[in-house]
Amino acid sequence: MPKDQSIKSVLILGSGPIVIGQACEFDYSGSQASRSLREEGIEVTLINDNPATIMTDPVTADHVYLLPLTTESIIQVLEEKQIDAVLPTMGGQTALNLAIEADEQGIWEKYNTRLIGVDIAAIELTENREAFRKHMIDIGLSVAPSKIANSFLEGKDAAQHIGFPLVIRPSYTLGGTGGGFVHKPEDFDPALRRGLSMSPTHEVLVEKAVLGWKEFELELLRDANDNVVIICTVENLDPMGIHTGDSITVAPAMTLSDTAYQRMRDEAIQAMRSLGNFSGGCNIQFSLNPETEELIVIEINPRVSRSSALASKATGYPIAKIAAKLAIGYTLDELKNQITQNTSAYFEPTLDYVIVKMPRWNFDKFQGSDHELGLQMKSVGEVMGIGRTFLEALQKACQSLENNRMGLGADMKEWIKTTDILERLEKASEDRIFRLKDALRLGVPEKTIQKLTRIDPWFIKQIKQLVKMEQQLMRYNVAEDIPADFMRELKTVGYSDAQIAWVMRIQEEEVATYRKKLNIRRTYKMVDTCAAEFEAQTPYFYSTFDQENESIPSEGKKKVIVLGSGPNRIGQGIEFDYCCVHGLLAIKEAGYEAIMINCNPETVSTDFDMADKLYFEPVFWEHLEEIMELEKPEGVIVQLGGQTALKMAETLHAKGYKIIGTSFPNMDLAEDRGAFSDLLKELGIPYPEYGVANDADEALQIAKRTGYPALVRPSYVLGGQRMRIVINDEELEKHVLSIFKHLPDNRVLIDHFLDRAKEAEIDAICDGDEVHIMGIMEHIEPAGIHSGDSSAVLPTYSLSVEAINKMVEYAEKLAKALDIRGLINIQFAIKDDQVYVIEANPRASRTTPFIAKAYQVPYLKIATKIMLGTHKLKDFDIKPRPSGYAIKVPVFSFNKFPNVDKNLGPEMKSTGEAIRFIKDLSDPFFRELDKQRYMYLTR
Amino acid sequence: MSDIQQVPAVLLLEDGTVFHGLSAGKIGTTTGEICFNTGMTGYQEIFTDPSYYGQLMVLTNAHIGNYGTKRTESESYSIKINGLICKNYTYEYHRPLADQSIQAYFEEENLVGICNIDTRAVVRHIRSKGAMNAIISSEETDLDALKARLAEVPSMDGLELASKVSTKETYTFGSPQAKYRVAVLDFGIKQNILNNFAERDCYLQVFPAQTPIEELRAWNPDGYFLSNGPGDPAPMAYAVSTAKAILEEDKPLFGICLGHQLLALAVDIPTYKMHHGHRGINHPVKNLATGKCEITSQNHGFGVSPEAIEANTDKVEVTHINLNDGTIEGMRIRGKKAFSVQYHPEASPGPHDARYLFDEFVKLMEN
Repeated sequence: MPKDQSIKSVLILGSGPIVIGQACEFDYSGSQASRSLREEGIEVTLINDNPATIMTDPVTADHVYLLPLTTESIIQVLEEKQIDAVLPTMGGQTALNLAIEADEQGIWEKYNTRLIGVDIAAIELTENREAFRKHMIDIGLSVAPSKIANSFLEGKDAAQHIGFPLVIRPSYTLGGTGGGFVHKPEDFDPALRRGLSMSPTHEVLVEKAVLGWKEFELELLRDANDNVVIICTVENLDPMGIHTGDSITVAPAMTLSDTAYQRMRDEAIQAMRSLGNFSGGCNIQFSLNPETEELIVIEINPRVSRSSALASKATGYPIAKIAAKLAIGYTLDELKNQITQNTSAYFEPTLDYVIVKMPRWNFDKFQGSDHELGLQMKSVGEVMGIGRTFLEALQKACQSLENNRMGLGADMKEWIKTTDILERLEKASEDRIFRLKDALRLGVPEKTIQKLTRIDPWFIKQIKQLVKMEQQLMRYNVAEDIPADFMRELKTVGYSDAQIAWVMRIQEEEVATYRKKLNIRRTYKMVDTCAAEFEAQTPYFYSTFDQENESIPSEGKKKVIVLGSGPNRIGQGIEFDYCCVHGLLAIKEAGYEAIMINCNPETVSTDFDMADKLYFEPVFWEHLEEIMELEKPEGVIVQLGGQTALKMAETLHAKGYKIIGTSFPNMDLAEDRGAFSDLLKELGIPYPEYGVANDADEALQIAKRTGYPALVRPSYVLGGQRMRIVINDEELEKHVLSIFKHLPDNRVLIDHFLDRAKEAEIDAICDGDEVHIMGIMEHIEPAGIHSGDSSAVLPTYSLSVEAINKMVEYAEKLAKALDIRGLINIQFAIKDDQVYVIEANPRASRTTPFIAKAYQVPYLKIATKIMLGTHKLKDFDIKPRPSGYAIKVPVFSFNKFPNVDKNLGPEMKSTGEAIRFIKDLSDPFFRELDKQRYMYLTR
Repeated sequence: MSDIQQVPAVLLLEDGTVFHGLSAGKIGTTTGEICFNTGMTGYQEIFTDPSYYGQLMVLTNAHIGNYGTKRTESESYSIKINGLICKNYTYEYHRPLADQSIQAYFEEENLVGICNIDTRAVVRHIRSKGAMNAIISSEETDLDALKARLAEVPSMDGLELASKVSTKETYTFGSPQAKYRVAVLDFGIKQNILNNFAERDCYLQVFPAQTPIEELRAWNPDGYFLSNGPGDPAPMAYAVSTAKAILEEDKPLFGICLGHQLLALAVDIPTYKMHHGHRGINHPVKNLATGKCEITSQNHGFGVSPEAIEANTDKVEVTHINLNDGTIEGMRIRGKKAFSVQYHPEASPGPHDARYLFDEFVKLMEN
């Protein structure tokens, strides 16, 4: 069936601000879908109020509406634009719910448009737990025994029938919100109450817990001709009981025989075909009893999901791109495999490597939160490691996490108390995989570990290999003692040089030097969907230690590497993906070859057709260095990938590699609190009194000088981690000790806190001669609330002209003094019309995409070209198009952490942001926010 | 870190390319035509598939052996490949239903293999240079000696292998009370083909490859089946003449893989040796009659000439094509109840999308 010619314009619904359970993977799918439809000559309109997304950028869509995802906004779009069809499957549960709501209100019908890629009846069926269960049984598939409950009494009754342990699953919630395991009758009542209250329909399913069964996910695509293919099969290393978003997952499935797998495949296809009539993606979760290989269906998502983004990156098959084409009528056999370009899109990708996805948690940001993992997703981001062995992929994932781990252990962060370790094995939390290895290292039997974790013994046996190898490694004294074969073996299972060095208690440099002498170097393999059966041109690579290198550096063209920002986490999220994408585009426009390095599968910047070449690798020195040595680029851009990329600058500089844009010494000057303050003093710029303490005594001394209230924080942290405002010696001492306990080897910064001050920030571009102020944002909330958690108004709305002039003056002075080439973000506190500089970040900030969206200026591209030195500011005709005020509104995911203190402070807690445009200050939305400001002041 | 005895091993290709690795399975030397399979599940089914008789199998999946082996998941009573080439030989397995590890199985079956090989490099090499003979050795490392031994290995082109794996004795399968009687010519049949027939109310008599037509007829079958099998179909004149005789009889006839090629030869459509064949469980096939697609399990190094079919559309109709390269995947003989497919509807390993073909065959017998 060819393309439906009646569809000339499509509206894609986005997923809104990032919350736990719905993150930037939907920017990836929405962007892919949009580009895919535009390829077909279709006019694409996008609605999403998340300003940090690429999908809402003019490079992606024809018309962008930065409006909240409500039916009112939908009506506005439909009033203004002729929309032939609406694609709601790319924006997660938010978009689907909105589509259903609009459908119920008859909006689609009224505006003579229709939904594509979706069947509302099918969604209803999969969302309504009871109807879904019955449907599965009707078509002959098995499900876990369960009962539906719409009231407290019904719930109690159901529990009696099902027995413990059981699971409570609220209907119509996102990312397992409100769900959970109940092991004992005494825990049941509060869990039931919570489940009922979280469900918008006050409905929960009380289900028998199939604890310890293995969990698998299949990603499917179906076309209008009812052809179905399985794009990827993912095995959860963590068994049933832990939300798949919080599970370590592996592809391809490691422990499935063909008989078990084909049964799963048959059932998946049968289930998908039984669900109404829609063309597009679908995700099905199964559980398998390891003893009997009995299979039950857990759930089905008839849309593009978080796992589809992962599956796309894991296999190379662009699910959202193809799903969009299926939605407009194409069948799979009419489309080409986007990777090989000469084989069919109707096929099932095959892998000759292993990928491991690891979630990234941020419990440290949620004081008082329950760290135990369960049915409700708690992670804020994820990384993917690719390798030719399971262990290599696993260790690369660990190296990608940005947790200061050098791999899976062997990095001085091991635990040594068996009782503590065993407890953590049973109560899964963010560190379980590390504790599993610790346990093996301390000689805990595999069986015991299996019993506590219920992780398949295959994975445990694999990790045991690492323990044995480390035991052998410990026998050597110097790097040169390691036999070449053994060194190769170590590298094949993913050990970093730093880990090898730690085990032997020698220097990393010694290991690296000797390894290179042995010529044990990384080779690069292509992700090509077909295990090399067909030739592919797609420059999507991962490293391993195999014989043949497939990544041949191009000749003649100068290359520039962009470092990505690693996993999303609080304080560093999707906005840096936006920055990287624009950086890549600008590098290409400037005539260079653009090379991307990142390890976050949710991102657009790691899409195979974004950069000229993609290395899906940890943003970790050893990996970066090998790519540098292979590609020999002109230089590296570290300004676009947040703090993760910036952190690499020091080593790059030390090894003599060129950093594109602002030089390392200047960036370091801005980052080093002492030197920076000296600079401010020299420039005559006021700043709050401060001091740096190495211990609590020094801290108390400094506080005496700066006075209370004081802002206390460790140096070098992200998103205000462990930042507190203290008002007396007692509080100061307590907090300083807590910092040293959790972050040893750190120093403590103490600033005089400007109570009741206003906060504002500037993002600017400097080319060495000129400074361009992109925007000045005034925070509604007073100083003391982390800038990421503040509502920022662009432009300022209450500051005096004098204050604004001072800020601009200071920004220009600083940018020039730091010889910024590219971007800088400066934060100010304003008290009694006195302007103080609080900090400067010599890189793209969280707010750069926001300003670019609000003013409709491609600032990131401009900044990148200035970093490259190909352009000066005077080469651009920058015409901001402000309309009233734009407000950046933080969005939180507190509903995932019921016990957490929801009060805002210096430590950032928001997971995402939205943009709101208002005409003037009489806008009720603004007035409500402004009113809350005073609540903070009186607190 | 091996807990089993592993020694250095070498893989030498006919064109002189050498790969070094470690022994897997039995220590020894083995030869055969090298080919690759891209499936991510079903290694045991591949090892025991008689169509792979005499071949050195490169498995592209990163880990081989994870779930051990299980007696009931073999496609024939023994390992049929001549050697295994893989990346990670994962002899430490886990599967409660399994019987033994891949290492124990290989030792029992005397299979020589090699691991720690850059299989992707091997596949890329075969992809560009084509199928060729190769030798694996974990006892001899002298390349000249290996080259000499490799030179003695005959080329697969023109090699008749079916009679080597065919049953020596006639046997029956399924329930004698079943509704249909199918005479099966065994050129190296897979167990799961027999199972699929039996599940569809068929009673089977499995005959050795070279059984004369009279003997088949004497059993009075409702339909005939030409099985899959190894080697080149071109030298199998005996089988072609049997196929011709069956066609004359005009009873339902179904052929799979080698059986498909033999049916083509029976209507004077030639076969050819492919550059490097199709082997895997993700091959896209389109059914031209229904317009529907199916993901298929494939294993063939020879194919039916598309040009000859093109020139004989009065005799044969193409029913299925491969969506990747347009090769012939299925055909029907006009005016006869005979059809065949190049791929494996019985799967095992592989998807079950094409099992409807067994139903179609049964329907032909019903009418």
